[in-house]
Amino acid sequence: MAETAAAPRAWSGRVRLLAWLQEYGVYASVLALLLFNVAFTPHFLEVANFRTQLIQVAPIVITSLGMALVIGTEGIDLSVGSVMALASAMVVLYLGYGAPVAIIAALIAGAAVGAGGGALVAYVGVQPIVATLALLVGVRGLANVLVPQLTEFRNPTLITLGSRSVLGLPLVVVIAAVLTVLVAFLVKRTTFGRQLVAVGGNRAASRLSGLPVRRILVTVYVISGLLAAVAGVLATSRLQASDPTSLGLLMELSAITAVVVGGTPLTGGRVRVLGTVMGALLIQLLQATLIKHNLPQSWTQMAQAVIILAAVYAARGRRA
Amino acid sequence: MTTTIADADTGADARRGPGALRRERIGHLLQHHGALVVLAVTVLVGAATFDSFATPQNAANIVVSSSFLAIVAIGMTFVIISGGIDLSVGSSFVLAGVLAAYGSRYGLLVALLLPLAVCGTIGLIQGLIVARTGMAPFIVTLAGLLGMRGLMLAISDEGANTYLVRDDAFSALGQAAFLGLTVPVWITLALVLLGGVLLQRTGFGQNVFAIGGSEEAAVLMGVPVTRVKVLVYLISGLLAGLAGALNAARLSSGVTILGVGMELDVIAAVVIGGTLLTGGAGGLTGTMAGVLLLGVIQSLINQIGVLTSSFQQVVSGAFLALVVVTQRLLHRAQRLS
Repeated sequence: MAETAAAPRAWSGRVRLLAWLQEYGVYASVLALLLFNVAFTPHFLEVANFRTQLIQVAPIVITSLGMALVIGTEGIDLSVGSVMALASAMVVLYLGYGAPVAIIAALIAGAAVGAGGGALVAYVGVQPIVATLALLVGVRGLANVLVPQLTEFRNPTLITLGSRSVLGLPLVVVIAAVLTVLVAFLVKRTTFGRQLVAVGGNRAASRLSGLPVRRILVTVYVISGLLAAVAGVLATSRLQASDPTSLGLLMELSAITAVVVGGTPLTGGRVRVLGTVMGALLIQLLQATLIKHNLPQSWTQMAQAVIILAAVYAARGRRA
Repeated sequence: MTTTIADADTGADARRGPGALRRERIGHLLQHHGALVVLAVTVLVGAATFDSFATPQNAANIVVSSSFLAIVAIGMTFVIISGGIDLSVGSSFVLAGVLAAYGSRYGLLVALLLPLAVCGTIGLIQGLIVARTGMAPFIVTLAGLLGMRGLMLAISDEGANTYLVRDDAFSALGQAAFLGLTVPVWITLALVLLGGVLLQRTGFGQNVFAIGGSEEAAVLMGVPVTRVKVLVYLISGLLAGLAGALNAARLSSGVTILGVGMELDVIAAVVIGGTLLTGGAGGLTGTMAGVLLLGVIQSLINQIGVLTSSFQQVVSGAFLALVVVTQRLLHRAQRLS
């Protein structure tokens, strides 16, 4: 009797552990890394260090937010890194008309790429991974054609955008925080957010219950393109130079990693905004920790691989 | 060698008129051999436009530079037909190159076997994870991409150390020419033949198609799904490793900056070749046409001269979009008819 009762309890204990890991694992990991650094890394608690970390993570956070929305609809957006490069190229091309025009041109380009990808997915029915793969290849090429080599510029507005501080916080970080709040609001408190999750959860049911599935999908990809363009503009203004060959390279992988580690399932139907931000922070912290302890870049990549596998394994355990 | 047309369609054909049948045949032809048609048209246009395009020298250049992508694409075709995807091939390619150059100091055999063993093992592990845990292939091989690039950086002093090939026999494997074409081209041809037979004429090949078509149905039919999946990723890892090793032999060194984004080129070539990313349909002839098409586009853009190589990416991306859109529209038309 006791034995038969014990077995299911042990089993449900394991399931509960996996569920807990999926829900709070990313927070626990960030906390653990922070504690480790406080204890073992010299100069970790200095303000300058936190500033650097936050500035570096800001573009990844912004792109990941868009990626989280797309993954929430059971899609994926591989084009984000190339969109960053295109936005950067647009900034340089239109800087002659002043910084606001240049920034708007970059954002329009990002939204246009997103609309293109969204239309392929929603109206033609191409798989998201192929549609955005075509954009990844083509858009990076386009950015390179527009701005063939690294171009430096001096523009006071963009310098402000890239290195100014508001209330002691870098403007870049403030923008990332504001966008996080906006996206969280969009997901939790608006009809569009509910519709997005519904489309990701069960597209056929959403269509049957009269949701404008195609319009929702296109909008989601446009948002992802816009956010990637914002990240591109911020990265460009921080560098004071545009380099479409390398800007945003492999960004899609970082963004997907952040989203997946943050607990958003790849199967759609759920978006975790705060988890995504934490996922980005976790990877940034991990890199910083390894660098500060003189471990090379190669270790970071291998550690990242293990973390992705662990995160997805935990997510799988919960569904099963 | 040719692409498999789903048997389920033939039953439906009998119920329709001859006109619909003919339209469907044309649809099938376009879907499965579209890349070949586009390739022929592109070559003709190129030959008509540029005097220096349709020369044996240029053709040899295209074939030689495409051969490495082609070897990787063979493995990728197997993976994609089985309904999976392998993002780790670019990292495999560069890791294998570094390992081969490092191993060449111990002779030809080590230079070849070391990269094959390492890349094969990692492919095997990825296959086991995909097949046993049911995790998305996309994520598992993404982790493989990061992990293998990390491993490559770790053994090459963070990419700063470029090992040189110290074995002449191994260099010859990448550089020697036979009947005007280099050894890697002949190896590619042999592998395409072998892969075609494996895919179309063996039980294993039919199982790959079955799993890609419907995994649940394959399980019910008694297809050894786990074993087939593991083998598919093993093949992909081995071929990416072989391509990387041959490339190191061609360059006489283990260059550490190669292979970034290669997986995307390979996937693009496979998809342009008519293999469906949803799995269950496709073939190696199409894939080879896709690889050659990318090579021809590159060559044409070099001919134009004023355009930079980045223009090639724009064209490749546009081709990829065009092909998938056409595939979808044909698919839809077939369903409606």
